[in-house]
This record gives sequence, C-alpha cells and structure tokens, in this order.
Amino acid sequence: MIQFHAYKMLQTADGELPLDVSLTFEKGQFIAIYGNSGVGKTTILRILAGLTEAEKVDINVGDDIWDDSLKRFHLPVQKRSIGFVFQDFALFPNLTVKENLEFALSKNDSTQIVSELIELMELESLQNSKPQNLSGGQKQRVALARAIVRKPEILLLDEPLSALDDEMRFKLQDYILKTHEKYQLTTLMISHSIAEIFKLSDKVIVIDKGKISKQGTPNEVFAETKISSKFQVTGEIISITKSDIIYVVQVCSGNNIIKVVATEEEIIDYKIGQKVLVASKAFNPVIQILL
Amino acid sequence: MINMEPLWLTAKLALITTIILFVVAVPLCYWLAYSRFRFKAVIEALISLPLVLPPSVLGFYLLIAFSPENAFGKFLSDYFDLRLVFTFQGLIVASVLYSLPFMINPILSGLKNLPPALQEASFTLGKSRFTTVTKILLPNIQASLLTGIIMTFAHTIGEFGVVLMVGGSIPEETKVVSIAIYEEVESMNYHNANVYAGILFAFSFLILLTVHLINNKSRKTTLY
Repeated sequence: MIQFHAYKMLQTADGELPLDVSLTFEKGQFIAIYGNSGVGKTTILRILAGLTEAEKVDINVGDDIWDDSLKRFHLPVQKRSIGFVFQDFALFPNLTVKENLEFALSKNDSTQIVSELIELMELESLQNSKPQNLSGGQKQRVALARAIVRKPEILLLDEPLSALDDEMRFKLQDYILKTHEKYQLTTLMISHSIAEIFKLSDKVIVIDKGKISKQGTPNEVFAETKISSKFQVTGEIISITKSDIIYVVQVCSGNNIIKVVATEEEIIDYKIGQKVLVASKAFNPVIQILL
Repeated sequence: MINMEPLWLTAKLALITTIILFVVAVPLCYWLAYSRFRFKAVIEALISLPLVLPPSVLGFYLLIAFSPENAFGKFLSDYFDLRLVFTFQGLIVASVLYSLPFMINPILSGLKNLPPALQEASFTLGKSRFTTVTKILLPNIQASLLTGIIMTFAHTIGEFGVVLMVGGSIPEETKVVSIAIYEEVESMNYHNANVYAGILFAFSFLILLTVHLINNKSRKTTLY
C-alpha cells in the first residue's frame, strides 16, 4: 500500500493556493489524476518523486518511508524507485535512443532489459537515432521505455499523451497498458481525457483547487453525474458491455459520458475508439456511425 | 629579428589562465544556474565587473592588495612565501580575475538554456549530481564550453592594463606581447612593434572567426 500526504502553498497566477492532498492506493493499481490546469496535479507527482519540496510531506511505500515531515526525513530522488515521464519527454539530446535507455542502468545491471524494452516499444529501427530526429510519438515511447529500465515500483506519467494526435494516442495508450501489466507497475498518470482514463485506469482522482474533490472508479466519478438525455453530439466509443440480452455502449463526447443501449446486431459494427454521432430520439438515444 | 620570449610568455599565461578558469567556472556556473541563493545577483554582478571596469582600476586594486606592505600581500608572503607583485604568479591571479566573465558568461547561459527537466530526468534515473553534470549537462553545452575556452584564451592574450599595473615589464617574467609592443613603440622600433602587432591581429581575428563559426552552428549561446 502506498500512502501519500502533502501540504504545500502553491504560487499560481490567481494568487496563493494551498495544495492539501491525501491519497492511498494499492500496489499494481493504475491511478488517473484529473483536473483543470494549475490545480496542482503535476506538483503531486513531483512531490511523490522527490523533485519538489513541500511544507509537509509524508510518503510511505509499502514498508519504506520516502518522506516523513515529523522526523524531517527526505529520501533523495535518486534513491526512490520511480520512473518519471515528463511532459516534454526530457530525452538527453547528446545520446542516441539506445544510449538514453542504457544511461538509466546501474553499474552492474545487465543490458538485457534495454533490448527487451526496445523490442516491446518497437524502437529497433530508431535505436541509433538522436532524439531530435524523432516524432512526438516516438519520443514518447523512448521516454516511457527509459522510465521503466530501472523497473521502478511507481511509474509517474505527467500528461504524456496531450501533445499527440488521436491515432498516436490510442497506440501509446496500448503501450502504457502493456508495460503497466508486464512489469507490474503502480502507475499514476495525469490525464485530461476521460476516454483515456476509462481505457487505462482502475481509479481516478479529481483534483480541484488543490484538494481532492472526487475519487473512485472512472464509472463512479464520471458516468453517473454526466449523463444527459436530449442531445445530438459526436463522440467516441469507450466501452461496450453486455448486460443481460442487450449491450450498453458508452460514448465519450468532450467531458460527457453517454450510455446507449444497443442490440447484438448493432454492436458488430462498433469498435472502441470509433467516432460516432449520438442523437436523442424521444427518450432513447441512438448511435450512428460517422465516416 | 624580434624576441620570441614575449610570445611564449603570453601563450603560457593564456593557457594556464584558461585551464584554471575552466576548472573554477564549471562548478561555479552549475551553482549559479541551479541554486536559489538570494544574493545570486550580487555574485553575478561581481563576476561581470571586469567587462566594464577600466583594466587600470582592477590592476590598481590588485597592486594594492598584493603589495607586501598591506595585510593580504603580507599574509601571502609570510605564510606561503608567495609574492604576487611583478611576478608571473601575480599575472596569473590577475588574469584569472580579469577574464572571469569571458569564461563564466557563455557557460552559464548555456546551462540556463537547458531545459531543467534534463537534470531532473537524470536524477529520477538514479544518477548523482556529478554523473548528471559530466554525462548529460556538459555534453549538451559543448558549444558554450568551447566559446568560453576560446574567448578566455583570446582575452588573456589581449590584456594590457592589468598586466602593466600588476606585472610591470620584466623580461621572461611579466613582459607579454602587448607590453612588448608598447615598449618597442616607445623606443621607436616600429618594425618590431609591427611584427608583434601583426601576429596578435591575425591570431585574434582567427579566434573570433572560430567562435562565430561555432555559434552559427549551434545558435544556443551568447558571446558575452
């Protein structure tokens, strides 16, 4: 179990904002952190990583203490078992893709993990390129691979997919999920996309003005409050689940989740991630596939 | 035929000054770039002072400070048997102070232009400060390092005022090329002065050309 509590006064454009957050999560969970810009999401990850100091921090990871404000104990960043993927990737420009990964190895580590990750992230053809010659999605994969070389207990992702187009996002979400499961990581990811959160996370934490305003499974947090019944909007299918003899299709449009009932014949044509139009007909919304 | 001694002496002085400054500047710049020390601006201003101060002012204060008649000079000669007035060692100390901004400014601006996440990424990968500086930060500011080294070397070669004040003109000890030119002119040996001056002119031009070629290639560092 990982316990996190931090208090820090943030300096924002609108003046001071106290960040006061207590979190508890289990090892192996995938946690999404959701909220508007400038409410302290990145700061939470940075405090957990030991990159940012706070007035009060207490962090316990299993039996290990990373921060204890009473005893004034602070474990240095280098000694925390974390992988951090920065928003701008922070790849080392002087090193090739492969060297970026190898840099993360400790003295006596075998280089096998590097080849394994290069294969997993499909970076074979790029391994001798310098980061400046890579596209956004490729840099992202390298950054993710580099963060995992040390097989960290906790993987921290700071809005890793925000700068990518949709197609790349879906692919990278799969990479993230794949590594999360393969290396049994505990992952914390900041995300602005509800569809992404539904796809990846077990638990979502909503931060508002420095505090946790809501937490639970993505369904508990988003779906129930945001259902609407009179509309015509476009969105994206995020899940299809069977319920007795019918199917329930969830469509994400902007920040709304719409639940629509569908028959078995209809769902044959539906795929997760597909763009669709949802229109309200009397009381039952129907789904129409968009080209 | 001109005496080659001042040329060798100048090159020796410039080389030693550059080496000392490089060793001092890297940790100092790292500290200036990353620390949140409140009075950092004061230190940065002090380092840049030789850029605007007349060399004779700096030379004058150094002469006073190094003089065995005064506390600092007396302390050096009593405890270390070191005399810095009218000696080569004194020239080195004066040159180091005088050329300080030419080494510090390019390296500092190079470090400040690096994204802070580079250092943090290295830390999150378990690397120490030392490894981060030598393996990540410095290799990414190569152009700035080279600019600092070349500018320091060139600037030390071009010194006159400070050298004259602190070193005087002792052959094979403190008589560098710039002083030699001055003396040749005073004794109406225009031919010799011309040769010295021509060498310095060509050398300085080549050096600046190199710096600008490097900078056009990287476009990351400022010269001053």
